[in-house]
Amino acid sequence: MAITLTPPRRVRRPADRRHRGVARWIVLALVGAAALAMLVPFAFMLLNAFKSPGDYSTNGPLSWPGEFYTTGLRTYWEQVDFPVKLWNSVLISGSVAVLAVVVSLLSAYALGIGRIRGRLWIIGLFLLANMLPQEALIYPLYHFAKEAGLYNTRLAVIIIFTVIQAAFGTYLLASVLGTFPRTLLEAAALDGAGRWRTLWRVVLPNIRPTISVLLVFFFIWTWNEFLIPLVMLIDNQTQTVPVALASLQGDRLMDAPTTNAGALISLLPAILFFLIFQRTLSRGITAGADK
Amino acid sequence: MASLDTVDAPARKPAGRRRRSGSDAGYWLYLLPGAVLFLLVIGGPLVYTGYLSLTKWSGVGDPTFIGLDNYRDLLTDDVFWTSFQNTVAMIIAMVVLPTLIGLVLAAVLFDTIGRRFRPRTAAALRAAFYLPQVLPVVVAGIVWGWILRPDGALNGLLDAVGLGSLTHDWLGDPNTALPAVMAVMIWVQLGYPVVVFMAALERVNPELYEAAEIDGAGWFRRFRAITLPQIRPETFVVGLTCTIAAMKVFGPIFALTRGGPENATNVPSYFAYFTFFKRLQVGYGSAISMVLTLIIVVVAVLFIRAQNRAERRDGVL
Repeated sequence: MAITLTPPRRVRRPADRRHRGVARWIVLALVGAAALAMLVPFAFMLLNAFKSPGDYSTNGPLSWPGEFYTTGLRTYWEQVDFPVKLWNSVLISGSVAVLAVVVSLLSAYALGIGRIRGRLWIIGLFLLANMLPQEALIYPLYHFAKEAGLYNTRLAVIIIFTVIQAAFGTYLLASVLGTFPRTLLEAAALDGAGRWRTLWRVVLPNIRPTISVLLVFFFIWTWNEFLIPLVMLIDNQTQTVPVALASLQGDRLMDAPTTNAGALISLLPAILFFLIFQRTLSRGITAGADK
Repeated sequence: MASLDTVDAPARKPAGRRRRSGSDAGYWLYLLPGAVLFLLVIGGPLVYTGYLSLTKWSGVGDPTFIGLDNYRDLLTDDVFWTSFQNTVAMIIAMVVLPTLIGLVLAAVLFDTIGRRFRPRTAAALRAAFYLPQVLPVVVAGIVWGWILRPDGALNGLLDAVGLGSLTHDWLGDPNTALPAVMAVMIWVQLGYPVVVFMAALERVNPELYEAAEIDGAGWFRRFRAITLPQIRPETFVVGLTCTIAAMKVFGPIFALTRGGPENATNVPSYFAYFTFFKRLQVGYGSAISMVLTLIIVVVAVLFIRAQNRAERRDGVL
């Protein structure tokens, strides 16, 4: 559309057009500079993740590394036993994503399609639960987990986040299913499909895009969670990637290069997910904003 | 975010409701797992925290009921007031500034760069702004904590450009700690409004811009007359979700300053965590959490009310 309209405009206001020609480069330069400024911390981190502690203390944070030093990376990797942390994070986030979607779907089926009585209050309750500060839940959860023998287990964290994420998922899916075409449901009923079959054979296939967005969101949100894993998971065998980094930094034992190496290792999975899920995510953000 | 009314609207047909009510029981079964888990993990603990806020308890033995004493103590606790003042600072850093900057950036990226250059350029720039949103916020906090250290990269940079006199222990000085944390939070948050607003602008009919341009409307007039009103729903969503996130902020504070120095960067959620697990004053920590919860609920309800009112006004016009 812009292309078809361009020629007459050029004829009408030649001076303004030329002026804008320069202006647009200035705008691009300004926004480009701002975008680069956003990336500076990453550059600092990369620069110092491959520097020896001696190099850092003599030449400071801005110098080019004297040698390609990977001991910091290796130290952090071994000190926190990174593969275990990675597995813990994958296990927790993956289980939560799947379980929370299943729970959300079941609840939303009752609320959005079953339209059970009092659903408005129930949905409101789930929405509210999503906004609660985790501090309002953490002490009882911590206390009960200890009593139940679930303290310092990944299972406790999985259960807790399944419910927290499902609160959001239920709210979202209930509003999606509230507009589900009735004709499809009636057709399924005519074919003799019961509720259970209708859910998996008719409803689920029709909302698959929303489900996949939810899976990605739940996975990443859980991956990035901090307070509850910090309180619940206290040893090397159970901690997640962010908690491992924070608790090692808390010891104040880490020199600057190891800090940066640890941060670099810890953010690589997140960037990897971002690249893998980018299309689902941008679609999801758009879908969410449309609502 | 759909308002609650839209969920309910189609169901208000009385005939259909009556007819189905007999088979409601079957659907209740599907709600059962969600409801049980909800009561176990959210409802029960929340009520229990409410009860604990009326007690004195160190976490072992039995809580002692003391009525509203914790809340009375809160009113005269300077740290409590400081932490809520800092929440206002967090709202400025995580909601107000990112939303304002994000609006301008999204409009410029979409309107100027997206249309006068290749859309690819706009997408690449958008990715740069969004990148901080991708990483675990604690990781971001730790990198920034190092950058702002006395021997960190910021001071190194200042030295390198001849501004050595400005070097500073940014997070260690009570006067600069809060502004430094705010700056980090702007960096963390900015990408979210940019991405949401750019997606929103794609929904706006481009002919509106074309027409305005032919009529000679400058960039700022197009921004004010078209961009802002068209993406108001998204602005509400961003405002609500970011305000709640700002009131709950914990990870970055934990990684950057642990609320210090001298509580200069303390926030309610960190204050509660510290009271629970470091001072072992469970009752008092519960009272802090309950006040925070209450404020969040009130703010959320006000937000949703305002949004519904705005939508209704649009419907009349």
